[in-house]
Order: sequence, then C-alpha cells, then structure tokens
Amino acid sequence: MLRLESVSASHGSIQALRNVSLHVSAGEIVTLLGGNGSGKTTLMRVISGIHPSSKGRLIFGGQNIAGIPAEQVLRLGVGQVPEGRQIFAPLSVLDNLLLGAYVRFKGSEKKEVWKDLEGVFGLFPVLKERERQRAGTLSGGEQQMVAIGRTLMSRPKLLLLDEPSMGLAPRVVGDIFRAIRTLPGRGTTILLVEQNAKAALRIAERGYVMETGRIILEGETEDLLNNREVQRAYLGKEYREIWE
Amino acid sequence: MIWDRRHECMPREEIEQLQLERLQSTLNRVYRNVSFYKKKFDQLKISPEDIQGMSDLIRFPLTAKEDLRESYPYGMFALTLRDVVRIHSSSGVTGKPTVTGYTRNDLHHWSQLTARVLTAGGVTKDDVVQITFKYGLFTGAFGLHHGAELIGASVIPMSTGNTAKQVMIMQDYRTTALVSTPSYALLLGRHMERQGINPKSLSLKLGLFGGEPWSEAMRQEIEESLSINATDNYGVSEVMGPGVAAECEAKDGLHISEDHFIPEIIDPQTLKPLPPGSEGELVLTTLTKEAFPLVRYRTRDITTLSYAPCSCGRTQVRMKKVLGRSDDILILKGIKIFPSQVEAILMEVEGVEPRYQLIADRIEGADTLELRVEVNEEVFFDEIKILQNISLQIERKLREIIGLSAKVKLVAPESLRPADGKIPKVVDRRKK
Repeated sequence: MLRLESVSASHGSIQALRNVSLHVSAGEIVTLLGGNGSGKTTLMRVISGIHPSSKGRLIFGGQNIAGIPAEQVLRLGVGQVPEGRQIFAPLSVLDNLLLGAYVRFKGSEKKEVWKDLEGVFGLFPVLKERERQRAGTLSGGEQQMVAIGRTLMSRPKLLLLDEPSMGLAPRVVGDIFRAIRTLPGRGTTILLVEQNAKAALRIAERGYVMETGRIILEGETEDLLNNREVQRAYLGKEYREIWE
Repeated sequence: MIWDRRHECMPREEIEQLQLERLQSTLNRVYRNVSFYKKKFDQLKISPEDIQGMSDLIRFPLTAKEDLRESYPYGMFALTLRDVVRIHSSSGVTGKPTVTGYTRNDLHHWSQLTARVLTAGGVTKDDVVQITFKYGLFTGAFGLHHGAELIGASVIPMSTGNTAKQVMIMQDYRTTALVSTPSYALLLGRHMERQGINPKSLSLKLGLFGGEPWSEAMRQEIEESLSINATDNYGVSEVMGPGVAAECEAKDGLHISEDHFIPEIIDPQTLKPLPPGSEGELVLTTLTKEAFPLVRYRTRDITTLSYAPCSCGRTQVRMKKVLGRSDDILILKGIKIFPSQVEAILMEVEGVEPRYQLIADRIEGADTLELRVEVNEEVFFDEIKILQNISLQIERKLREIIGLSAKVKLVAPESLRPADGKIPKVVDRRKK
C-alpha cells in the first residue's frame, strides 16, 4: 500500500531523515518507534505531504506521491492524526467530526458521511454521549478520540497516527489502542508512531526503530520485543555493560 | 511443501523492498557498532546513506575470512556478550578460529531458516530425523536440530562416528530422514552393503546433505545405495551455518533465503561483480543478524545464480549446486578444473573410492597434474593388470571430459591424510 524508498528530508540545514525505506501492506498495523527528535514526526509529515522530501520515492497505491500537495494526498486516502490532537476547542464534538469529512461533502456522498459518523460513534461510544459538548471541555483521552474520529471521517485507506498515547493515563491508552486495533478490520491500514513502545508493540504486527533520522532496526513485533536494544531504549529494561 | 509461504513465495518486488529496508538498517547498525566496518567505510569515504538502491551495494567493501581472524575473538560482534546467547566457532586448524555469536532473535531466525531447508527436503512433523553432524562448536548439528524440532519432527541427535551404531539406531528407531554430509551417507551405504543390509528394509526415505560440495553422480549413488530421495542444502558457518539455501523437490538449484541474505557473484580474481548468470564466487550480506552481521562476505564457493521462476512456487533466487571452492579451482594450461568434475568421473569407475587428491606441479617449466585416488582393499591387493586398467580408464575419461592428461596414481585405502577433518582436494605446488 505504502512504500518508501531511500527518502531523505531536512529542516533547514539539519537533515531530519536519512535514507529511510519502509513499507506498509494493506490491512497491517505497523509501528514506528524512536526517541525524541529521531525523525518520526517528520517522516509522518513527509508521507502526508505537509513536509517536502529532498530525495527518494514515496509510493502510495502504486503512485509516486513525493511532491504532491497535502490536500491531494488526503484525497488519495492518506489521513493523518497529528501529534497533540489539534482539535477545534470551541466547536462541538459533532462539528469537529463533520469537519473531517469536508473533502467529501459533494451532495451525493452526504448519506455516506452520516453512516461513517455512526461508525465513529460505534468505535468511541463516549463521543456519541458528548456530541453536543464543546470539544475543548473533554478529557485528554476523549479529545484524542475526537482527533482520530475526525480523520476517520475522511475515509482514509491509510491512517497515520502520531503519538496517540501522549499525556494519557494508562487505562485510557488501553481504550484507544483497543479501538485502533479494530481499524484494519474496517478497511483502514495503520502506521503508528509511538514513544510508548509497549502499547504500540501490543497491537502492531511489524515495526521499525528510528534513531537520528535513520532506521536502525526492522522486524516483526516478536523480534523487536526480543531485541535487547529495543528492551533497553524503549521498554525500560535494566542494562549494565558486561565489560565493566 | 513450503514452510514459510509468505516469505518464500514473496513477489520479487516485495523481496527487493524488504532487502533494501533491511540492508539500510543493517549498514546503519554495523557502522555504528562495529569498528572494523566504520574504519573500512570511512577509508573508502562511503556511508550507509550511499545505499539508495540495491545496486549501490557493490560500492561497499568485501569482507574476507582473514578479516574475521584478525578480529579474533569478538572484534566483529555488533553487540556485547550480554546480548549473545550462543557462540559457535571454526576449529582453527589452519589459522586462528573464526568466532560467531547469536542473539535470541538470531537463534529464532536460524530455526525458521533450517525449518525451511528441512521442509523443502520433504521433512514433516511425522519424520524421525537422525542428525549425524558433530554436536559442538560447528554450526551444522545445532542449526538443523532446532529447525527439525520447530517443525515437530522427532530428532535423534546422534552426532558423528560409530557407523555400526548409526545403522543400528536407524533400524531400531525407524529413522526416516538422515541429516549428514554426502560423503558420510556414501559411507553408510557402503557399510550396509558390506553387512548385507537391504536399504529397503529400513524406514529411511529422505536424506538432507550439506557441508561439502558433491556431484550429481554422488547423489545418484547415495539415492540408490540408501534407497532415499537426496537433497542438497547450503550454509556458511561464518554467515549463519546451515539455512542459507536449500534444494526443493525440483532439485534444480538451491533457493537462497533472500529475506535474510543478499547474494552476489564476483570474479574471485578481480573481485569485480559479474553479470547475472555468470559463474563465480558467491558473496553474501546478512540482513537480519543482530550479533554477527556480515557485509559482502566472500564465501569462496563457486556457483551461478538464477532468477528464473521455479516449478515449486518459491520466488527466491536459486544458486547452482556448489561446484567447488574458489581456493580449489585449478587452472592448468588454461583449463579450469573443479574437484567436483573429477569426483563425477571417479563415481563411474568401479573399485575406486571418492577419496582423491589433485596435485598440480611445475616440472622444468611445464605444468603437470597428478591424481591420487584411493582404491578399495580388494582391488588394491589384486593383480597389477587390474590396477593398470583402472588407471587407464580414469586417465581416458579425464582426457575426454575435462580435456587434460593427468597421471593417475592409485593408493591404498585411507592413505590420503585429512587436514582439518577433510582431505584437501587440491594441492597446488606451482605457487612456490
């Protein structure tokens, strides 16, 4: 579905992505792990067309999408849930969700939009209870649900999720990740960026580990969980050098 | 049967994407963690970022066995021993041993890969697998052992030696699959023949052979004398051990597990990459190894790669049965000779053993070739005339098939002395 071949990108004079290759097949949940400043968010923004790439190929659904404007990438079926949610606080939950479908309001599709809204409410029932409430008054977890729901309203084939667990209590993280896990079954493929490696590896099939703009590891979830470097850096397992 | 259909039958485009991803992350890791590679890359002013596509791999330096020896014991490990759960090594008879390490993930992948080998050779969970490789520092026994267990077969870890006992176990425990070197299989066959044991009275039906190059003629004799289906599998102990490549039921080349290794063919003299389909030395880059990754490792084995589709359904590239080692190729008067060719000739001659040695020499400026062959006991004490007949027969075949005249010398059984467990098949005295 998505394929990156040796993609590089920079922020001014700083090279943020160095030769990144990865792929996501239809129906998969793939996670991208890495510390702060490793380039994960830049990578997401490059895929969704918000940030330009300087080198390499980005293939989505057989088409090279490098250099294509973000709104067009969205129409092709790549939806991004931004880091920090970025919902519209003064608007109601319902309006926030409907805004996600703005690319689809072309008369004939209206009925479909209402059906999709029911789908989002099915995924996050709490949003149905609060549909008239201003989004800014919701809890962090509920706001994250609004952000995910809003992106799902554009009917993405590929959903890019940037740190959905950020700042949330473990119980809420569990709720949200359980919902994410059901998305491939509903026809949405997931690329999930996370610092919470434990939660991400619980739902992903494969993963990549980034470090200073490079991919240093790639593998199936089980391999990553068993990798000592991943254990030390992201899963908080204790470690002492043997040579000490 | 195919063990891992998702990877073994992956469309070419997907294999290449996976290889690119894994190659880039492997190079990033070795550059960061292995000082040998960092130094070498820096000297050549290349970095992992220079891999834009698979064709860029040839810009990276080759790694040779000597490099591994110089970094004895742990210099080329990409992780500390803390992360290593298994250590294997070579015997070190010809130099310092080469030491390799495996993490938990490396062992997990290794079992998966040898399970592919065994499944391709016909082994299922219903089989009783007798492993006659030596259990110890060598990779052969443990590698296939774990793969067989993963499949769910019943494993008999016999280790080497004691032929009479091997046969007894084979009979009593109803072994269905034999894992050994091809020469040991031949020995087992001849032992049973001498003891008057009918191979058809055994439960044996499969043989999976590796560890040394062997000819088609040898396969035929093994299949007949043990009444089995024999397949070849290929491994390199520094790269992983068994599990790199294996024959499928088509017996037309060995599928290399390309999701774990990138194969290349180079000219062993000029070290330049050769065009597709050429015969040359196999070079392997590991893609998933954590503890002991290798970049462009020279295997010294001579083969050819074929990307043509295989009737078995696997999409992974096939390497031809290894013809010999690049150290073992003799070039005499412009003619290239592989020990395997000589072996094939000897298989057709009655009374001789496939134990031989080729000796090239230069006498008064002229290159000469001598072939020493062991004959079996009955023949050795027979009439001179019969011995002469055999030599003449071999000499004639060498001339006809290879196009070279050689002096054939028949020697007593077990008089050729092995070094490092194997008889050196080629001795080139011209080099001094």
